[in-house]
Amino acid sequence: MSFVNTLINGHEGGLKQDGMTPMQKIALRFVVLGVLYYGLAAIEGMMMRMVEITPVPFIDDAHFFSIMTVHPMVGIFGSTYMIVFGAFLFLVPFLMKKPIFSLKLANASWMLIGGGTLIMWLAGFVFSYAPLYTLYWPLPADFSQFAIIGGIVYVVGVALIMVGTFFYSYNIFKTIMYTPEGWDKQPSMELFKSAIGFTGLTNFFKKKKTEHLVDLPVAAISRGTIDVGLNAVVIMAAGVLLLIYMFGAAFGFNLEKTWVDALLYKNMFWWGLDLIADGLVLIFVAGTWYLLATMITGKKLFMQNIARAALFVEMVVSWTVWSHHLMSDQGQSNFLKVFSGEMVTALELITQGLAVYIVLVTLSRARPLKMTNELKFLLGGLLGFMLAVPAGIIQADLGMNRVLHNTQWIIGSHVHVAILVGLTMTLYSAIYFLLPILTNGAKLYSQKLANAHFWLHIVGGIGMGTAMGLAGIDGMLRRSIYVDGEYNTYMILAGICGCMLLLAFAAFLFNIVMTVGVKGLIGIYSPAKMSTRECVPAQQEA
Amino acid sequence: MADSIDVLATLKLVYGIYAFIAISLISWFAYRVTKPKDHDAGAKPALFWTYVVVLAVVGTGLHFLTYSTVPWVPIDLNRANIKADAVFDITYEDHQMSFSSFPMQVGCGEHVVFNAVSNDLTYGFGIFRADHTMVAQMQVVPQSRNDLMWKFEKNGTYYVRSTEYSGPKGAKMVAQNAIVVTGCDQDDVRAVAIGEQ
Repeated sequence: MSFVNTLINGHEGGLKQDGMTPMQKIALRFVVLGVLYYGLAAIEGMMMRMVEITPVPFIDDAHFFSIMTVHPMVGIFGSTYMIVFGAFLFLVPFLMKKPIFSLKLANASWMLIGGGTLIMWLAGFVFSYAPLYTLYWPLPADFSQFAIIGGIVYVVGVALIMVGTFFYSYNIFKTIMYTPEGWDKQPSMELFKSAIGFTGLTNFFKKKKTEHLVDLPVAAISRGTIDVGLNAVVIMAAGVLLLIYMFGAAFGFNLEKTWVDALLYKNMFWWGLDLIADGLVLIFVAGTWYLLATMITGKKLFMQNIARAALFVEMVVSWTVWSHHLMSDQGQSNFLKVFSGEMVTALELITQGLAVYIVLVTLSRARPLKMTNELKFLLGGLLGFMLAVPAGIIQADLGMNRVLHNTQWIIGSHVHVAILVGLTMTLYSAIYFLLPILTNGAKLYSQKLANAHFWLHIVGGIGMGTAMGLAGIDGMLRRSIYVDGEYNTYMILAGICGCMLLLAFAAFLFNIVMTVGVKGLIGIYSPAKMSTRECVPAQQEA
Repeated sequence: MADSIDVLATLKLVYGIYAFIAISLISWFAYRVTKPKDHDAGAKPALFWTYVVVLAVVGTGLHFLTYSTVPWVPIDLNRANIKADAVFDITYEDHQMSFSSFPMQVGCGEHVVFNAVSNDLTYGFGIFRADHTMVAQMQVVPQSRNDLMWKFEKNGTYYVRSTEYSGPKGAKMVAQNAIVVTGCDQDDVRAVAIGEQ
């Protein structure tokens, strides 16, 4: 088959459109957009890498920091949210063997999150709105530095993302709890209790254990979804607050120094943000690991009950852990610094360590396993968190924080290794695993490209995190610009590793496009010919 | 007495060894998982619970270790009960830092307090050596108390830089040769006055 033919129609027939269910199509719509936004975030990251090595004529300070503002937002909301939500909106009905509650809501979710991300990105690109994702008060309302219109566009974009997130959260829980047409009445409340882990909790105190009505991966998805919803509430509240100040400024009322206590705001904002950083990421990732481990091995998860309990603990941890971001704030109480900042954060070492152990033992018990793409990327994901979580625990210490806070250590050794190696490789594992399921058996175009994707990504990800971490140890700040080449050795090394990450992404994207074909990719945006009810096995009628 | 250079060199060594072990472990596992099994490695409950205890001890033990070995931790936690030998006021406004005295002259071994006030945005207060390694930092939050108590044990000249993002202008908030420490037996060889290296 010629190259052009494969490019258009896909490898060995590519994506089979005719037999696709609406849920397959919706999941692919999320994932394709998420992958493209990952590419945008990667290009933005490389633009910043270039500036960190040497000043670049077309990127001035204002543009540099506007890139720094939208880069994590595109990465988290545009890419991670999209891929995760798409996968989970497919997997929850798939695992529960029931139709999704609402296809319309699912479609609205990807459109709102995708569109909102684009609008939010435009606020940085067009208007150079650059308060960073942290939005430390009153910087986002400082209209001597930023245009009001930029702020309004930014808030509108983020608001759309959050509305899409609410729709996703609602859809997930309704899908778990509702009774499909023609089915026997489902025990909604019991399903809800099982999904959020309440049943698991009460089982600890009962002699006669109540049966879990939802599988462990669905429980993990549910618990992470609670944090996602709560985070959306906090971000929406910050958005409303910003809009009040923006409209005030637009009509000539400067509210900048009124109302808001900066430290209290910072506490509330980090409480919400950590529901993502320490809730969504760790809970969703653990749940995805459990699902992949059981699917890859075809066996039950080792110590399932402990895994359920750890997920519940992780949810409580994610609600009480925020103060590790405020250990260099002298106005923050010592109690919160030590209790929430140090001790609760240390629990994350236990919960994530347990997840790693459970997954490794589950895999080990099923030996010998074939080293498939999903398995190797899963192991890469485990390694990413094995490296990144201890780096974060070290940072969340009063002694270390005094000399590491806001340095490249935290954003390199902890954040980028967690996201690029831990989270992204887990998501890649899920994508490789779901690819034949979502495409009705499309065959991967090139295993060599998949291997190149793996090695370039893992070496590039760990290498970049290491270079940034070493620069941080030597005092390089994370939210600053160095123009005299102070850290050039580290930054050139990080730049080379960043190039490897970009190449890895290019290899992956090319491989996927050649696998499903351009025609197949366009086709996922046309309506499905099958109805939702046909995508699940025979209904559970009495 | 340990300073940030000693503490961060230890971090580099310990974390480097840990990262090497973690990468080796996963590489070894990736090799082993493709081979037929001889026993249920790691499946014994005793091993599992030992692992959990180790995680708990390492996670919390780090904080006890730094409390007893890193000199600024007990000072920080007890600073309300320690009498300051000198207090330096730093005011932040419109991306400018102004100092109550400049340079800030510090005697060796004195407990000094850097008291920062922001009249507009959130900034940072960081003390750096000439080679840009960090001595210490804190956040400077408007309407909030921002007081860092510190004890210098080596002679040196340090610069101050805002460590928190406060808009594009904030990246250039640097005050060279802002702190001069004298009277110690030992010199901080990395902390020389800018322009005299």
